[in-house]
Amino acid sequence: MNHNPFFFEHYGLTERDLERYLGAALSAGGDYADLYFEYLSSTTLTVDESMVKSASQGISAGCGVRVISGERTGYAYTDDLSPARILHAARTAALIASAPAKTLSAGFQQKPARSLYPVTLPSVDAEITAKVELVMRADKAARAHDVRIKEVRASYGDELRNILVVGSDGTYAEDSQPLARLNVSCIARNPTNSARGSAGGGGRVALDFFFGDKTPEYFAREAARQAVLQLEAREAPAGEMEVVLGPGWPGVLLHEAVGHGLEADFNRKQTSAFAGLIGKKVASEKCTVVDNGTMPWRRGSLNVDDEGHQTQETVLIEKGILKGYLSDKLSARLMGMADTGNGRRESYEHIPMPRMTNTYMLAGEDHPEDIIRSVKRGIYAVNFGGGQVDITNGKFVFSASEAYLIEEGHVTAPIRGATLIGNGPDALTRVSMVGTDLKLDEGIGTCGKDGQAVPVGVGMPTTKIDRLTVGGTAKRDPGGFMQ
Amino acid sequence: MAETIVEHQIDTDLKELAQDLVRRAVSGGASAAECVIREGDEFSALVRLGQVETLKESGSKAIGIRVFFGQRSASTYSSDFSRSGLDRMVASALELAKITSEDPFAGIPDPSQLGAISGDLDLYSSDVYSLPGPERIAYARRAEKAALDFDPRIKNSDGGSFDAATGRKILANSHGFIGEYRRSYCSVAAVPIAQDEKGAMQRDYWFSVGRSLGRLESPEEVGKVAAQRALRRLGARKVKTQSVPVILDPLVATSILEHIFEGVNGDSVYRGASFLAGKLGQKIAADHVSVIDDGTMVGGFGTSPFDGEGIPTRRTVVIENGVLTSYLLNTYTAKKLGLETTGNASRGLAGTPGIGPGNYFLEPGTRTPQQLIADVKEGLYVTEFLGMGVNLVSGDYSRGASGLWISGGKLGDPVEEITVAGNLKEMFMNISEIANDLEFRGSVACPTIRIEGLTVGGE
Repeated sequence: MNHNPFFFEHYGLTERDLERYLGAALSAGGDYADLYFEYLSSTTLTVDESMVKSASQGISAGCGVRVISGERTGYAYTDDLSPARILHAARTAALIASAPAKTLSAGFQQKPARSLYPVTLPSVDAEITAKVELVMRADKAARAHDVRIKEVRASYGDELRNILVVGSDGTYAEDSQPLARLNVSCIARNPTNSARGSAGGGGRVALDFFFGDKTPEYFAREAARQAVLQLEAREAPAGEMEVVLGPGWPGVLLHEAVGHGLEADFNRKQTSAFAGLIGKKVASEKCTVVDNGTMPWRRGSLNVDDEGHQTQETVLIEKGILKGYLSDKLSARLMGMADTGNGRRESYEHIPMPRMTNTYMLAGEDHPEDIIRSVKRGIYAVNFGGGQVDITNGKFVFSASEAYLIEEGHVTAPIRGATLIGNGPDALTRVSMVGTDLKLDEGIGTCGKDGQAVPVGVGMPTTKIDRLTVGGTAKRDPGGFMQ
Repeated sequence: MAETIVEHQIDTDLKELAQDLVRRAVSGGASAAECVIREGDEFSALVRLGQVETLKESGSKAIGIRVFFGQRSASTYSSDFSRSGLDRMVASALELAKITSEDPFAGIPDPSQLGAISGDLDLYSSDVYSLPGPERIAYARRAEKAALDFDPRIKNSDGGSFDAATGRKILANSHGFIGEYRRSYCSVAAVPIAQDEKGAMQRDYWFSVGRSLGRLESPEEVGKVAAQRALRRLGARKVKTQSVPVILDPLVATSILEHIFEGVNGDSVYRGASFLAGKLGQKIAADHVSVIDDGTMVGGFGTSPFDGEGIPTRRTVVIENGVLTSYLLNTYTAKKLGLETTGNASRGLAGTPGIGPGNYFLEPGTRTPQQLIADVKEGLYVTEFLGMGVNLVSGDYSRGASGLWISGGKLGDPVEEITVAGNLKEMFMNISEIANDLEFRGSVACPTIRIEGLTVGGE
């Protein structure tokens, strides 16, 4: 076979060894077993008070062994890649099953390789001085943006994750996954107020990414702009109102409102508010939402998922109709559906489960300016912190960090941060306008589920939702907002 | 990089290894060095609808080193304990320190500050692993079954679980400090799903944790409480936007205490990234608010003999009768602020030490939670917050919430899809009542509290 020889060279692994480990994993029966080898190297740098205060490098390596028997999963891992320890992990995972040993189907099949992030020099191996330059430049640019910027912290982090996944069904996949991110956070002060702003970006890219369009200065100015703007922000309104979301990162709405609820595990167990709604209308006909793991260089993209299956573009909602779920091997098999290549895990210590990759809404036909003009009184939210969802009752929140009032069709005063809350299965039914300006986020998203964090992307065009609850503090009626 | 990494593991005591690596860093030119080793085991069993869904059992260890060249520092870490892996880790740290800046406040603690509190802190009990495999699974199954059997409206489940873990931490530095401690942990939990006649679902959970198996509540009790919590959410409605008294249940109230923690965290204080920066000695909360951080409580979830830099843990009064009396600090932030460390350094494998809580709590009051509720004519009893809409720089606060509506002094209809908003500066001053129900289910604990003046956002 045509290997990326990483694990074979570093650990002296042979195909014979892999077969032996899988054999041990299936020594008590079971329907399926797989091995996930991971070798992760990473770098982080932080500049604070214009000093490089922290620099760190590290290596984490290990192997996770999984055995599936019906709906049961046994899992064990080791950070010691000696044959004895891997065999021990395999026999531990095997305890989930209790049947005669199973024999392996013959031979591994490697799928044609894809290359969504063909970096020539992974950033973890690049000169550290170039990375120091990035954070120092970010610091300088943020401070230069405005005299009211008083504190700046810029950090850079990158990693290279080499993985090898082999399964008892013949699965054989290797990948080398780079990931880099630059982040800038600022504090602005005037005599009466303090405010923060932050911006960042990256992807599965090499260091040269930050020397192209997305320079440290680009992110630094954006963080500084937000902080200064927030100094003047007034109280946010409270109650139900029209909400216009800007393009890009506000797509976190889709991630929380529908994405998680469409992960197959929750639907297999009938614990999602979306369970049983395939073929039903869950959004306005203007909404088409996809999850796409195949976008070159993107933070949420993968050549293969963490079960060795190729990623794909999956339509979740098409013109308002719920079309499908995001699946991994286990849920695909138990639900009799196709594996969409969304089986992901944080590391070798974790069991894979269905996760999003890059989730976004396709562009519509409305001009973004017309969308704003159509709103009499509402808010225009362009930047968000994080969000959260309760899968079972469908309630989701996401917190605006940069938002404005819309009054009589015009964007007016900036308002303080406010949480927006809605109900997943019906929030998108109130989408009345979708812009032509689809944008993906800058590459900063990390999603948490069951204690596992994985990098993801989101995106959306400018979108109008006719009614959503905004959690502001305004106690007096600033012009009709309190209801 | 075509070397073979797998070699015979260095079979030496981990304490000696930590000291040896510190010596190697110093002989490689470092003016100071610090090494941390973490070793741990974990077990978890998840049962769903009576059937085992996952079993997980494993152990791991990892090592990290921080080196100083005068005022420059850097750190590296690895899970590879082979001779070549460790050599490379030390060499990389020495190399990496060349590119960092001279920071006048960087360094490990003075020798006179180092040490550990003595006596048995009761942090480790081997009994967390004493149950045979089938009985561990039975714990998880019993918790789930108690929830499913509690009421016919409990129709589904995200499972019952039993988890156990032990961990060992070793710290050595070039001032001669060497210390280690072990801690154990086990928990039982249930996550039932209730369904009403219209098919609407609500999920909730309950759990019990302990440093020993003997201190766990019975799985049956855990399952029953989880079922009650899920059932009381059925039929939830929205409410009109209004300003009413808000009562936070103990689990939810800990989040308010955590915001105070982030606000007095020396790292945000010296950068002015906290609305509590510069407020030492000033009144920042209502008169009856006293907040304590105590890393020395026997058997506590936040207890350890020394902190992440080898400083003995201690008891610190953070807020006394509404007045901010101390920030929470590690060595670096203490030097930046011209203060003494409070022994709150938290040390991961990589990077500079952060700041973490010991056992951190709000002093309880004397009235019962029921008395607090009985005082409220119309108000909101919050049982869950959603999202992270908290800005520590400005104090702005806006989170999603669900809970029960208080009407005529009694807990009534469930409510959801609402927001609770205010500003932390005012919220701390507006804590009007503190109940007597302080109970530790983790290292941060808070009794039921009542806060005035918040905006509840809804229809």
